[in-house]
Amino acid sequence: MKCQKCERPATFHITELTGGKPYELHLCEEHAREYLTQPGGEPASATTMAAALAHQLAQQMVVGQTAEELAQLDQQACPVCGITFHDFRSQGRLGCPHDYVAFEAQLGPLLLNIHGESEHVGKVPKHHPQGSEKRTQLIRLRREMAAAVAEENYERAKELRDEIQRIENG
Amino acid sequence: MEDNAIIIPVLCPTAGKLGRTWTYIRISHCIIRVRTVELDELARQRGEWLRGSGPESDIVISSRIRLARNLADFPFISRATEQDRARIEKALREAIPDTENGAKMLYVDVEQLGAVDRQFLVERHLISREHAESQGARAVAIDPAETLSVMINEEDHLRIQVLFSGLNLTKAWELINRVDDRIESKVTYAYHPRLGYLTACPTNVGTGMRVSVMLHLPALVLTRQIDKVFRSLQKISLAVRGLYGEGSQAMGDFYQISNQVTLGKSEERLIKDVVDIVPKIIEYERTARQFLIKESQENLHDRVSRAYGILRTAQTISSEETMHLLSSVRMGVNLGLIDDLEIPTINELFLKTQPAHLQKLTGTELDTADRNIERARFLRRHLNKDSGGSATRN
Repeated sequence: MKCQKCERPATFHITELTGGKPYELHLCEEHAREYLTQPGGEPASATTMAAALAHQLAQQMVVGQTAEELAQLDQQACPVCGITFHDFRSQGRLGCPHDYVAFEAQLGPLLLNIHGESEHVGKVPKHHPQGSEKRTQLIRLRREMAAAVAEENYERAKELRDEIQRIENG
Repeated sequence: MEDNAIIIPVLCPTAGKLGRTWTYIRISHCIIRVRTVELDELARQRGEWLRGSGPESDIVISSRIRLARNLADFPFISRATEQDRARIEKALREAIPDTENGAKMLYVDVEQLGAVDRQFLVERHLISREHAESQGARAVAIDPAETLSVMINEEDHLRIQVLFSGLNLTKAWELINRVDDRIESKVTYAYHPRLGYLTACPTNVGTGMRVSVMLHLPALVLTRQIDKVFRSLQKISLAVRGLYGEGSQAMGDFYQISNQVTLGKSEERLIKDVVDIVPKIIEYERTARQFLIKESQENLHDRVSRAYGILRTAQTISSEETMHLLSSVRMGVNLGLIDDLEIPTINELFLKTQPAHLQKLTGTELDTADRNIERARFLRRHLNKDSGGSATRN
C-alpha cells in the first residue's frame, strides 16, 4: 500500500476515532509523524503588546543616538543566553532572566516609560528573597557544557558539570 | 481492522486514567488515536466565568487575576530549546499542587490536543489564544471547578490564573497568592530584588500580575458613550480589551478592564485601582439603561423582543450574530423586559454557541455552514419553552 501523501510505502496505519465516524489513514513514517504531531492552525502572531513595545523602544533609541551607536548597541549580547539587543528589539521578548542585568542601561528607561516606576513594590518570594541570579547562571553553565561536549573538551565539560551540580544542590 | 476492533474497548479506560486527552496505542506499525473523556465532561458544565452569580453579576461577568512566573535556571520561552521546554514542563508539572479541597488538577497536554479541543479551552477562558496556537511542549492544569488554571510554557514558563463569577477580586487574590506560594516552595522563580518577578516581556515585570474584570456594557454601546469611558480609563493606566483578551473584538458588548502597569505598585494596590473604578462604570451603564427606558422604552423593548424572536426562530445563524442578539436579550432580562428567561441560562448560551463548544456538544467536527445550522437548532431548542430544553428551566 502506498502512503496517501507521497509515493513511499505506507508503513503506518492510523485509525482516527476523534469525530463521529472512525476513519483510517495510511502513511509513510515521515508523513505519519507530521500528521500526529501537527496541531493544525496558524502559529500565534506577534501580539499587539509586543508590537507596541518594539515601537516604543525604537522611538526611545532613535532620540540622541547615531546609527553607528545603534548598530553597536544592537550587537551587545547577554553572556548567559546569548540573545542580542537587536533580537530583543525585533521580537519584544527577552531571552533569559539575566537580560534585565545585561541590558540594564537600555531597559531602565524603557521600564520607566512603560510603568512610570523603576522599583518593585509587593510580593517577595519566601525561599529566595535576595534574588535568584546564582541559579540563572545555570543557563550559561549548561550552554557552555553543551559547547564543551560538542568540541570534545571533556575535561572542561566535567568541570562545568561539577559546578552545575554544586549550584543545583546548593 | 480486526486488531483495532479488539483493542479500543480494552484500552480506553486506561487512557482516561492517564489524565491526557489523546492516547496513542501503537502495536507494530498500527497506531490508534483515542480521545479520552475529561474534556467532553467539561463541555457539559457551565464553567465558572459564565455562572452568572456573585456581586454585581448583572454587569460584572467575572473577575480574573493572573500571575506570570519563570524558573530562574532556564531561558525564557523564546530562547528555550525543545529539551529546555520539556524539562520546564516536567519541573512545573511536579510542582503544581492538588486543589485546596484535595481534588486532582486535570492535566492537559496542549501540544497533543486537536484544534477543536484547543479552541474549546480558549472559549472557556482556561487557556489563552497564544497558548492554543503556539508550538512545542506546553500544558495546562485545570481544577475541576474551573476557577484555577495553570498554563505551562505560555509566553512565560508559568501563568497562574484564578477566575470567579461576579466582582470577586479579593477572593481571587487570596486563592492565587496561596497557589503561588505552594508552587514557589518547590521551584526557584526568576526574581530580582529591585525589579521583582522577571518576565519574558518587560511589560509584565514586577508583580507579574494582571487583574481584570469582564463587564457587560450594552447600554453604553447603544448610547455611544463607550469610547468616552475608555478614554477616561486609559488616562488612569487601565487597559480595555475584548472578550478573548489582547487584540480581540468586543463581541456581545463584553469588555475586559485591566491594569496596564505591573511594576512599582503592590498587588493590593493594583487590585484596588481596578476595584475602585468598577462601581463608577456600573453606575454609568445603569444610568444609560435608565435613560434608554425613559427616553425610548418602545424602541428598546422592540429591539430586545426582536432579538429574542430571531434567536428563537432562526434556521441558520453565525456566532457573531448570536452574541450580538444574546447581548440585547441579556439586557432585556436585567431590565425586566423579558420575564421568562434567567441570566445564567443566557450566559450558558453565550458559551455553548461558540464554535468549538457546539462541535464538542454535538460530538462531530462541523464546517461553518453546518455550525450555523446546528447553532440555530441549539438556540431554538433551549429558548422555546414547550420543547422542555434544560437551559430554560428555572
